[in-house]
Amino acid sequence: MLNKYPLWKTLMVAMVVAFGALYATPNLYGESPAVQVSGLRGVEADTATLDRIRAQLEKNKLTFDSIALENGQVLTRFSNTEDQLKARDVLDDNLGKQFSVALNLTPNTPEWLAAIGGTPMKKGLDLSGGVSFLIEVNMKEAINKAKTGMVSDFRGDLRNEKIRYRSVKESNDAVNVVFRKIEDLEAAQSLLKKRYRDLLLTTDDDKLMLTAKMTKQKIKVIREYALEQNITIIRNRVNELGVAEPLVQRQGKKHIVIELPGVQDTATAKEILSATATIEFRLVDTEGDLSNALNGRVPANSILLRDKDGKPSLLKKRVMLTGDHITDAKSGFDEYSRPQVNISLDSAGGSKMSSGTKSNIGKPMATVFIEYKTTDKKDAEGNLIFEKHQEIISIATIQSRLGKSFRITGAGSPAEAHNLALLLRAGALVAPIAIVEERTVGPTLGAENVRLGFEAILMGFGLVFIFMMIYYRAFGVVANLALGANLVLIVGIMSLIPGATLTLPGMAGIVLTVGMAVDANVLIFERIREEIREGKTIQQAIHQGYDAAFSTIIDANITTLIAALILFAIGTGPVKGFAITLSIGIITSMFTSVVGTRAVVNAIWGGKRLDKLPI
Amino acid sequence: MQILQLKDTVNFMSYRKIAMVFSALLMIASVISLATNKLNFGLDFTGGTLIEVGFQEAADLEKIRGVMKTNGFDDAKVQLYGSSRDVVIRLGLREDVKAEMLGNEVLAILESGSGQKVDMRRIEFVGASVGDELAEQGGLAMLTALICILIYVAFRFEWRFAVGSVVALFHDVLLTLGLFSVLQLEFDLTVLAAILAVIGYSLNDTIVVSDRIRENFRKIRNSESEEVINISLTQTLSRTFITSITTLLVLAALFFQGGALIHGFATALLFGVFVGTYSSIYVASLVALGLGISREDLIPEVIEKEGADQEAMMP
Repeated sequence: MLNKYPLWKTLMVAMVVAFGALYATPNLYGESPAVQVSGLRGVEADTATLDRIRAQLEKNKLTFDSIALENGQVLTRFSNTEDQLKARDVLDDNLGKQFSVALNLTPNTPEWLAAIGGTPMKKGLDLSGGVSFLIEVNMKEAINKAKTGMVSDFRGDLRNEKIRYRSVKESNDAVNVVFRKIEDLEAAQSLLKKRYRDLLLTTDDDKLMLTAKMTKQKIKVIREYALEQNITIIRNRVNELGVAEPLVQRQGKKHIVIELPGVQDTATAKEILSATATIEFRLVDTEGDLSNALNGRVPANSILLRDKDGKPSLLKKRVMLTGDHITDAKSGFDEYSRPQVNISLDSAGGSKMSSGTKSNIGKPMATVFIEYKTTDKKDAEGNLIFEKHQEIISIATIQSRLGKSFRITGAGSPAEAHNLALLLRAGALVAPIAIVEERTVGPTLGAENVRLGFEAILMGFGLVFIFMMIYYRAFGVVANLALGANLVLIVGIMSLIPGATLTLPGMAGIVLTVGMAVDANVLIFERIREEIREGKTIQQAIHQGYDAAFSTIIDANITTLIAALILFAIGTGPVKGFAITLSIGIITSMFTSVVGTRAVVNAIWGGKRLDKLPI
Repeated sequence: MQILQLKDTVNFMSYRKIAMVFSALLMIASVISLATNKLNFGLDFTGGTLIEVGFQEAADLEKIRGVMKTNGFDDAKVQLYGSSRDVVIRLGLREDVKAEMLGNEVLAILESGSGQKVDMRRIEFVGASVGDELAEQGGLAMLTALICILIYVAFRFEWRFAVGSVVALFHDVLLTLGLFSVLQLEFDLTVLAAILAVIGYSLNDTIVVSDRIRENFRKIRNSESEEVINISLTQTLSRTFITSITTLLVLAALFFQGGALIHGFATALLFGVFVGTYSSIYVASLVALGLGISREDLIPEVIEKEGADQEAMMP
């Protein structure tokens, strides 16, 4: 029969809409203020932590709605933000350093909904308030570091194999090794070729020089490693900041996006994130002549560095230990109440330190603080130029052989010692970074954006609703039903996709979809009217109307989808949110306005003998 | 209800000379304005720092400017934003200080300078390299979109339609850019997004018209191309208007209700939808006609196969 849907098809439409509605419901329950306690550096919150938190809260007479252990985190919900803030302060003071305490807004999704994966939509920073950073990793420095590593590796290899060389030096994009004899050159070549498959070795027999260049593959690996490693370290640092649900994600080849919802004090966040500080330990060059060095004649194996007050010292070029071996660092005070930083090393670092200090007891050792600062200038390839800033923190005499744990003093004020400890704990960045973009949205603006966006959606929806009802009467009501179903589906799908975030432009996208989604119905209804005018029977007109409009609707929507997908590919943050809602809206609107309305139209008017249609 | 009840075919194509001159003039004006006035690029593209703050009482802009000046921010542009209590301060890129710390610094200056508690609404900092990259990417995105659409339409319809619709899109984008240039409205990322949405919308319209033209070329045997296009435009006119109305309705909701952040976005789309509606009637079909579209182009030798396809789609 014409215009009758088989039962399964009607059921399918009902199921899809019901499914969308089910997953859209978590958005109706709202959120409550919560405090989230999570462990740092491998520590996980457990039931004992939960009991401690409960005890602390009860001791301070703070009432909470619920307390639960979820995924190694303890989440305590409160009925108002006042209690939440008080609880944060109490817990922050009492739980100790291995836990981070963060403020959070937790959705009040009922358990049965959460059990089937129901969560509310994730709100973007422009709606929830918070800060986002775009960070650029300095790849040039990463490659330079790798080259420096090659130099010392080569030296070690050649020494071990007793191949004599004149010099090992970094050049522009390679490492050059110069020999005295051609036999040494050949021996070195075969040795290095065996050991380093990812290097391109070329020789110059006249100059007795071997040149090692990194392959493109190797450079790619170094870049990837630098980016991945920096992401890991930044993640550690972000965890130290105590932010609920932070996001750290790579973007493209040299950028990292960091989103910290709810963070208002961006100054500290920036200091901690962008600090590329690390420390190195070097022996002091006691034989070199300092005054000569100050006049520009620095001995070949030494470098000239200054401390905070500008006092210069000559240090050995060879680094005894680098900061990457540090596993833990705590700030405290020594017996003279001077701030100090206690440092623990991994086992490799411990043995390096112990062999380095063993033969140098009684000699002075310097702790050097290294920081990369951006200069806001760019090189020819458009990369930011970084300045390496080195400063001597302290020079102390090695009293005895040092092992896996020791302490350094001279880091400055207690606050500076605290920050240094934090940075050392979180690890040093493999390559320096710079914040190239920052967006902070205050909580009032966020809340205002939610309200405005919501009102715009309601108003747009209402206007279209009224218009369609007046213009197409009963059919307009059907189109409005589809429009409502479409809205529900968009919200449901947005809630279901883990990566989808609702932003203010995203809400604008929903508004726009509402306006454009009715287009499919307008096309169909106009066509039906036309067919009726041409004298077709009612049932034929409905059938023809839907069928003739179908390919037009598909073509028109696919092209819009192309534009939306391209926007998604290049857009970031809020604009990506627009592309997401627009894309989802286009797809769901095709379903609701073609299949959905047809189901309703068929059910009401289909297969009956009719003289007139309320269209 | 019926807004348009057209008994006769409207002879759209008889106005084509006027439309061509009209479009050409507007496009030339846009190009001239873009060349001389340029676009008023927002922070996203230029780089720099923007601080939006809310005061408890109406803000005294002169005083704020004074405070900024005495603290060494001579280049600060201070403007009201949305309401009399919201103030936006823009600073250019600077080399001497850590740019990412600027926002917090300005906030502190304002608090102490105005004696009021200042509500930080937003701080945005964009480095120079990001802005350049974005401008490049944005341009690239628009080109990619146009090319992808050209390919799709050429594949689904015919190259003359494809060229027609892309010319129409180019026309719409250029005029919207022109509007932003003439009025010196701020061009930021959301406006770029809006322009891509305009591309989507305008194309939507163009495709509906082209689809009808193709259909009518198959149905109506003994007519001139011009006549067929006129018939098709008349038939789709009612739909074109209604969809424009519903879209303009929601855009008006966005424009008046969406807040200052969405203003540029809504403006671009409102204008874009106007131009898009016009261009789908005149620009796209005029170009196709000018390129000599005729029945033979749309019904090639494989007529039976095409017909079979069509049958298959209508069970």
